[in-house]
Amino acid sequence: MAKKLGLKERYALMTRGLDWEPSYQPLDKLFPYDSYEGIVIKDWDAWADPFRLTMDAYWKYQAEKERKLYAILDAFQQNNGQLNLSDARYLSAVKLWLQGVTPLEYAAHRGFAHAGRAFRGAGARIACQMQSIDELRHAQTQLHAFSHYNKFFSGFHNFAHMRDRAWYLSIPKSFFEDAMTAGPFEFVTSISFAFEYVLTNLLFMPFVSGAAYNGDMATTTFGFSAQSDESRHMTLGLEVVKFMLEQHEDNVPIVQAWLDKWFWRGYRLLGLVGTMMDYMLPKKVMSWQEAWGIYWEENGVALFHDLARYGIRLPKHHEVAAKEKNRLTHEMWTVLYQYGNALGLHTWVPNDEELDWMSEKYGELFTSMYRPRLLHLRELEQRGERFFNNRLPMVCQVCQIPVFYTEPDDPHVQCVRIVEAAGTKHHCCSDGCADIFNREPMKYVQALIPPQQIYRGEAGGARDIFEYGAWLHLERDVDTGEYRGSPDQRHWQAWQQQHKATPADAA
Amino acid sequence: MTIDLRTTHVEPLRRNFDHIAARIGDDKPASRYQEGVWGLQPAVNFHYRPTWDPAHELYDPTRTAIVMRDFDDFVDPRQYYYGTWTMQRARQQESQEKNFEFVEKRGLLAALDDAWRVKLVELVLPLRHVAWAGNTNNASICAYGFGAPLTSAAAMQMMDELGVAQYLSRAGLLLADNEPRFLDDAKRVWMTAPMWQPLRAAVELSMTIADWFELFVAQNLVIDGLVHPLVFDRFDRRLAAAGGAGFSLLNEFVVDWYAESSRWVDAMVKLAAAESADNAARIVTWTSDWRARIVAALAPLAEYGFGPDGTATLAEVDAGLVARAARLGVALEG
Ligand SMILES: [Fe+2]
Ligand SMILES: [Fe+2]
Ligand SMILES: [Zn+2]
Repeated sequence: MAKKLGLKERYALMTRGLDWEPSYQPLDKLFPYDSYEGIVIKDWDAWADPFRLTMDAYWKYQAEKERKLYAILDAFQQNNGQLNLSDARYLSAVKLWLQGVTPLEYAAHRGFAHAGRAFRGAGARIACQMQSIDELRHAQTQLHAFSHYNKFFSGFHNFAHMRDRAWYLSIPKSFFEDAMTAGPFEFVTSISFAFEYVLTNLLFMPFVSGAAYNGDMATTTFGFSAQSDESRHMTLGLEVVKFMLEQHEDNVPIVQAWLDKWFWRGYRLLGLVGTMMDYMLPKKVMSWQEAWGIYWEENGVALFHDLARYGIRLPKHHEVAAKEKNRLTHEMWTVLYQYGNALGLHTWVPNDEELDWMSEKYGELFTSMYRPRLLHLRELEQRGERFFNNRLPMVCQVCQIPVFYTEPDDPHVQCVRIVEAAGTKHHCCSDGCADIFNREPMKYVQALIPPQQIYRGEAGGARDIFEYGAWLHLERDVDTGEYRGSPDQRHWQAWQQQHKATPADAA
Repeated sequence: MTIDLRTTHVEPLRRNFDHIAARIGDDKPASRYQEGVWGLQPAVNFHYRPTWDPAHELYDPTRTAIVMRDFDDFVDPRQYYYGTWTMQRARQQESQEKNFEFVEKRGLLAALDDAWRVKLVELVLPLRHVAWAGNTNNASICAYGFGAPLTSAAAMQMMDELGVAQYLSRAGLLLADNEPRFLDDAKRVWMTAPMWQPLRAAVELSMTIADWFELFVAQNLVIDGLVHPLVFDRFDRRLAAAGGAGFSLLNEFVVDWYAESSRWVDAMVKLAAAESADNAARIVTWTSDWRARIVAALAPLAEYGFGPDGTATLAEVDAGLVARAARLGVALEG
């Protein structure tokens, strides 16, 4: 009788020796992309496969999840689940997600296909391939979930066009393209480790819990369904970093430089997520400051302490993030609010209850500095002079966020750093971004900077922000601008009223 | 309080995303397949050149010589997005699982004599390495190809080939009471037996192809298109006649998958060839080139598997490929 096999043993046997040492082609010709970064791998067999999933098991688990997920999405659509939201303002968060984050899922799919081809170690290749197909899942399930919102609300319909063009979507796009155009080792360090392992909770927790809390069944469902995939991806992230560090001591400074870079780049990107948490969720889950405290200052820092035995220290400029945590989202919202004519989502001044929540969460600096500013904006709006800044912002050459954050030690002074390469000056938003630029200037001089493209006439010859919006296929004051008085708000109120008038509701 | 939302009538403002409506209009909603693949790949404004391939943009249509007006035309006739693909594979997996149990419980392979068992180990099991190369090659197609419809299906093909390699491994384990000795034997012949070396050399060469559509033709149309009919059809029949009918049951997944994925492969080749005479000419060159190489490489294996009928059997399989290519608008010399 055949002996019974455990899962781990079964995996080992089923993938046993599938790869081989080529005889007819040089190994470097089969795998041309995994050596130029300087990472030394002495023994690929030391790679411990983090997933140990055979395809038959993978299909079985994933199909079960997909069946449940699509059953819920079907019901959500049939039952007009969108009417259960806390408020239509919430959808600004979902719009930002579809425009800015769903494309990252797709980018991850392609990036991991590249890594899943590039590594000469078979175990690492399979792990990356599995993540590649998972990320395709995430991109598609999100599209399928959001597609229903597109039928009833603005700002969703033109996401594919905006994804490649809009100034604020250059922030996530340049982030991921930076990773994808790096070598495969840096790619997995940036995405699997820095982003998915270290920072993922900051993305996931507010978004998925926020969705649940605000009655968004569609997002909640794919979000929770993706969580078991994510835990595999996080395992891969930790595995790959430890593997590099254990393989050779020369790898340590390379990995450290990547961690410095990707911590900062990831943190800058998450400023958008923090703003979503603090401002776009009508029902709040947790403030950015609290989330940063728990997920980075406690968990993230503990993880870095674990890596200290390999000679890894905390990423550069982490202390700046700590100094900024009570103002990051307020500064970002001010920017989004004023450039609202070139956004595919709505902005607004928070109501009193929300301002009180912020005062409670953020204390003195918010109450003395940002609250009066918001109240002033509200006053202008009530006078019929809703404030818009219709000039294009100057953006950071690295993270592409408008240069508007303040000095780490002085919230009253704008922080600008000038860097130079090949005789040209560029602006950065911070020392973190300036460091990244200076390490690879010839990479970052290539960056496409949307406001400069507009000035050069490369945005369909747009001469002002409204023509620019039209070039983005944004319908003025429908997709863009102030929430109050927007068609989204009017529809929402009408649907809610109609809803209240129906007898089922009275029951 | 829960509200019965079904009683509320809410008029939609639109049915489709703009980029989908541009293809099919807004009168009826797109299928989940269409929504899941069209326009998904970023189109313009790439920020940095890949450090691993500075001659190209991150997504670049010129990584192949094939020219298309619109790479989003490469729709999969199976309409697979992740959900439908994985659910279909899970169904097949379930049925394959039953087959494994059945063969094991009934001892269906016990009737096979030793000579045939050796043939099975030396001719069929090494194909797990060929499938492994199929996995790697489809990873290339997904990574460096252009347009989400084709590259997403290539990602599925990549995982499917890994599945094929693993199912073959499992058959090898079953033959040896879950011991890996037959897998090790198969690897040894793959690495050292003279009859396998031409195919191994060709497979290694395929892994260096830079043009992803050439790689698509070489791997998915020619290598799989010759190997699968020769082994999982012709040789399987011989094996069945010799008392190894149980083996077909172990390969049900592989056989069904090959038939199904061929529909996809055919649709891609046919569309690319129909797009322009230049495309068709290139595909003819690639197919002829790889066909000659693989047919030659399979000759010693056919002789081993079919004895004096080897040449004729291989010729039959080759004729099958020629006929298949002709249906796709790819005219090969007979
Ligand atoms: Fe994901
Ligand atoms: Fe992930
Ligand atoms: Zn910056």
